[in-house]
Amino acid sequence: MAGGTRGGEAITMVSHDAHAHAAPQGFIRKYIFSLDHKVIGIQYFFLALVAVLTGMFLSLLMRIHLVWPNAHLPIFGDIKPETYLSLLTMHGTIMVFFVLTTAPQGGFGNYFLPIQIGAPDMAFPVLNMLSFWTTFLGFLVLVAAFFVTGGAPLHGWTGYAPLSALPSAGPGEGLGADLWIISIAIFCIGALMGALNFITTTLDMRAKGMTLMRMPLTCWAWFITAILGLLAFGVLLSAGILLLMDRQLGTSFFVPLGTVNGVLTGHKGGSPLLWQHLFWFFGHPEVYIAILPAMGLCSQLLSVFSRKPIFGYKAMVYAIMAIGFLGFMVWGHHMFMSGMSPYSAFAFSIMTMGIGVPSAIKTFNWLGTLWRGKIRFSSPMLFAIGFVSLFVVGGISGPFLAQPVLDIYLHETYFVIAHFHLIMGVASIFGIFAATYYWFPKMFGRMMNETWAKAHFWLTFVGAYAIFMPMHYYGMAAGLRRYSQGTEVAWINALAPIQKFISIAAFITIASQFIFVINLFWSMKKGEKAADNPWEATTLEWITATPPPHDNFGGVTPVVHNGPYEYSVPGAPRDFVMQTDAEVGAKKH
Amino acid sequence: MADSVVPHDIPSVYEPSLFGTYSKKIGMWLFLMSDSLTFGALLYAYSYGRISTPNWPTPFHSESIVNATIMTAFLLTSSLTMVLAVRASVQKDAKAQTLWLLATIACGAGFVILHGMEWSKLIAEGMTLPFFPPVPGHEVSAEFASVAKTVPQFPSTFFTLTGMHMLHVTLGIVYLGVVALRKKFIPILLALWLIAWLGTPSYSPFHYGAHVLLAAAIVCAIILWLKPKVYDASDVEVAGLYWHFVDLVWMFIFPLVYLMSARIL
Amino acid sequence: MGLVLLVVIWLITLIGSYFIIAKTWWLPVGASAAAAAIDHHFTVSYILMGSVFILAQLALGWFAWKYRDRGAGSQPAHYSHGNTKLEVLWTILTIILFVGLNLASEPIWSSERLHGASPGAVQVEVTAMQFAWYFRYAGPDGKFGSTKPELEDASLGGAGALGLDSNDPSSKDDVISGVMVVPVNREIEVILRSHDVIHSFFVPAMRFKQDTVPGLAIHMHFTPIQTGDYELACAELCGLGHYKMHGIVKVVSDQEFSQWLAAREAEKQ
Ligand code: HEM
Ligand SMILES: [Cu+2]
Ligand SMILES: [Cu+2]
Repeated sequence: MAGGTRGGEAITMVSHDAHAHAAPQGFIRKYIFSLDHKVIGIQYFFLALVAVLTGMFLSLLMRIHLVWPNAHLPIFGDIKPETYLSLLTMHGTIMVFFVLTTAPQGGFGNYFLPIQIGAPDMAFPVLNMLSFWTTFLGFLVLVAAFFVTGGAPLHGWTGYAPLSALPSAGPGEGLGADLWIISIAIFCIGALMGALNFITTTLDMRAKGMTLMRMPLTCWAWFITAILGLLAFGVLLSAGILLLMDRQLGTSFFVPLGTVNGVLTGHKGGSPLLWQHLFWFFGHPEVYIAILPAMGLCSQLLSVFSRKPIFGYKAMVYAIMAIGFLGFMVWGHHMFMSGMSPYSAFAFSIMTMGIGVPSAIKTFNWLGTLWRGKIRFSSPMLFAIGFVSLFVVGGISGPFLAQPVLDIYLHETYFVIAHFHLIMGVASIFGIFAATYYWFPKMFGRMMNETWAKAHFWLTFVGAYAIFMPMHYYGMAAGLRRYSQGTEVAWINALAPIQKFISIAAFITIASQFIFVINLFWSMKKGEKAADNPWEATTLEWITATPPPHDNFGGVTPVVHNGPYEYSVPGAPRDFVMQTDAEVGAKKH
Repeated sequence: MADSVVPHDIPSVYEPSLFGTYSKKIGMWLFLMSDSLTFGALLYAYSYGRISTPNWPTPFHSESIVNATIMTAFLLTSSLTMVLAVRASVQKDAKAQTLWLLATIACGAGFVILHGMEWSKLIAEGMTLPFFPPVPGHEVSAEFASVAKTVPQFPSTFFTLTGMHMLHVTLGIVYLGVVALRKKFIPILLALWLIAWLGTPSYSPFHYGAHVLLAAAIVCAIILWLKPKVYDASDVEVAGLYWHFVDLVWMFIFPLVYLMSARIL
Repeated sequence: MGLVLLVVIWLITLIGSYFIIAKTWWLPVGASAAAAAIDHHFTVSYILMGSVFILAQLALGWFAWKYRDRGAGSQPAHYSHGNTKLEVLWTILTIILFVGLNLASEPIWSSERLHGASPGAVQVEVTAMQFAWYFRYAGPDGKFGSTKPELEDASLGGAGALGLDSNDPSSKDDVISGVMVVPVNREIEVILRSHDVIHSFFVPAMRFKQDTVPGLAIHMHFTPIQTGDYELACAELCGLGHYKMHGIVKVVSDQEFSQWLAAREAEKQ
């Protein structure tokens, strides 16, 4: 079907053979050590799925412990304060690295970046494969931390030294902490390989006519995300190596002279703040790594389902670039209370407010895209609209935290938890859901069940608000994060009803995720067969067969004539003009 | 459909690439960018430690400095031979290409061996990390031992920076070896691993460090299995980029950890 | 579907904002000199950012309903690639809003953090360790005695826990307490230390928080303006006992403070 005609109009394509490799034979080369970016994308997707279910299960245990601290759980037994902290650490690490970094970029990016720019594969297929298996190994090592003596580490996903550097500082800080660091180092290497591949592919393998300014915003987002990853993960890798050396070789990068329980640690001269600088130099770009792909995708979906060109394409591109650039200059906003110079707090604060500007611009453009559109409420669109709503609520709390004066009070309270779960956690997960509902037909050749998808949307949307909105109040009343119980401190104990409400909301929301999981597997087998372009969208993945052939376009390479968002073009025969269709006449703004 | 007929033979089916280069070269440049941040972070940690430590020691005697200077000469020479290897590859002179690559490897190996000896000597003399096993039967220099005790940041940063660099040189050697000899390099690599492992005493960090070679051999074998190919001029050029970068990093490390910590009489 | 979205988004927005406006769960009474200004800045931020939040959500819900696909034959979507003027306009407005908000908070930050405590301030050394707080007063000589990590032994409590060097003459009159007692309306200079890992000294009523970092002695100040007992708690993850690492700041009159200090001094002899 690829390379033929669709909707009566010829699609221009050219044949090629560069970069192509023959379709593999045999199960192992085809599904396990596959070099095909589509298979690798699906592998990443399933890795993220396993990871997100694991992470969700951990959060369930945490929510139970917070409300019923004495509950005795089947199999799991009692949750002690240190267990709670281990759960929290592993939840955060799994979610940030193996879900939010893995699914949108490694999963969907891998599958769709080459197709959307008209390439037959990634620039470096072997590297692509290695990057997946490296990431997979990282996940195994991380999970192994649960099963070693002492259990998983309790130092949180941010791993602040000296807590993370001293085995004597608490249970889990022994072998478990070593595995945690090693896992992250492995993940960094995998992410670096992936990032390098994404950038090269975008720069080097765009089909004819696919100029940078004709790339879908998804591709822009993956591209900039990859650049962030390339620069950020190298630094985390170093930080991890230094931390491991402090632990294993007795160096003192992060540990000053001091005692634990009256026993000298044997270290001296190091600086705990050094770890925070290195970690957040990575950490802030990392949060954008988690959100940019979702931003790109939602831009895409709002346009597709509003049947309207994206509002301010160029502004969107520049906003992504600005976010990427500024993202490296704001890390100090996590350190206002750390003992860092109060003067640098000024600089970081202004920069942080600055990075809020492109985020706001994007939001306005999304609203502008809906404005005077013709909205179709398919499930991907519902999640995209949900994304905008969540992005707004999560983004609003940013400028509070970004002002050191207010952060004095808010730092380390649930207000921060609310902020980043809404904007990074849930918003980006909504991006992943939207991507799944949107691209499932292309990936698996069948549609997902729309009724269940909608049910899933409503429960998750309302559920997410029910869980995370009250956390703002909890934080405003100085409720502290990373407390395994709130009973000890009087003012926190007074807030117990909020925790109870949140836990119940969480149980319901977690349960409703199974609608998604079941729908996913059921539709793979039983879903309605999908057409090649079920959403009537314009980008290149919709001109090829469903699922796409091994080299994506069946021995040819498309030639691109249009931007990615030509919807409702006056005078066009349909309300969408494929990127490969004849060029749309003079575009007037 | 003006340009619906594009000749079958390549690159014109794509948009012109960045700077007109091929993917591998872009990829290597990107890797080097990321690697400079990795080193950058280590150098930042070094500066952080050095600035916050009032009495940064300057213990290196002329012996160490001379040794490091010879190492530097090895690396500079290897950059030259690498240039010659690239030239030979462009001229399609396969024999010269292999020879110059091997010469580069030899220089690199000379660097690593000298550096390894320097490390071993320093460790034996007491400039060591707390968890390195003690070296039996060796005279500890009072000065180095006191440096390690009073300013642990000094040996910490020294071993981290130079160790990371040594790792890069070693992997560079493996890389060039594979480009030069392909499959035939794997047994050589395994032999090197055995020599390094069995030839070093168990208290030496190189005894365990040697396993890097084993890991490298496994990864190279997988890559060669997945993608068996003859390496051409572009591969040599890209390998050269890496090699020169590693040299360049040394040009930061040498003055920082050696010259700026040389004993001033 | 558009209508449902409108209703749900609007409802969430209204319910969500209600609890903020009603201050159902809110900051505790401000008992320090800086509290009023900080709280005021909170209010300003809420009004400005809250308006943006509400307007954006209302618009989102409204658009979802207003511009829903009304079926075949209805008006097609408006073909437009955007509007540069609008783009520039809202960029500038956001910059003014964000930067303005930030600059407005600057004076508070600089008086709290950029300037040290005034010379007459009452000095209290706050030491954190897994999982306890110790407060030390210099005593009549106005000098803190030196402490040594190798002398630290938490099981001894008090001077032993801090590793106070009894050979140092200025350590003799140091008063160590498990409760932080401070006089009202006097500036308090805290010197924050930690023995082991990072902790954070957080007194919500004082609107005061600062990490205690091992290896550093961080000088900060605040001025209590109301007597009473205020709870403090550790705000930085420090290990399994983090959640129970709390204590009391007792703000008393100047006179009571002197009496208390003298009594503790007497106990030592
Ligand atoms: C309007 C733009 C934003 C501003 C001004 C902002 C500001 C801040 C500030 C100041 C903090 C530190 C709070 C504290 O620890 O006291 C913070 C925390 C955080 N932010 Fe944002 N943020 C913004 C957008 C985002 C986005 C888009 C993401 C992710 C997609 C994100 C993810 C996070 C995370 C994960 C943390 C907490 C990390 C932790 O402590 O565990 N933020 N934000
Ligand atoms: Cu940040
Ligand atoms: Cu704590």
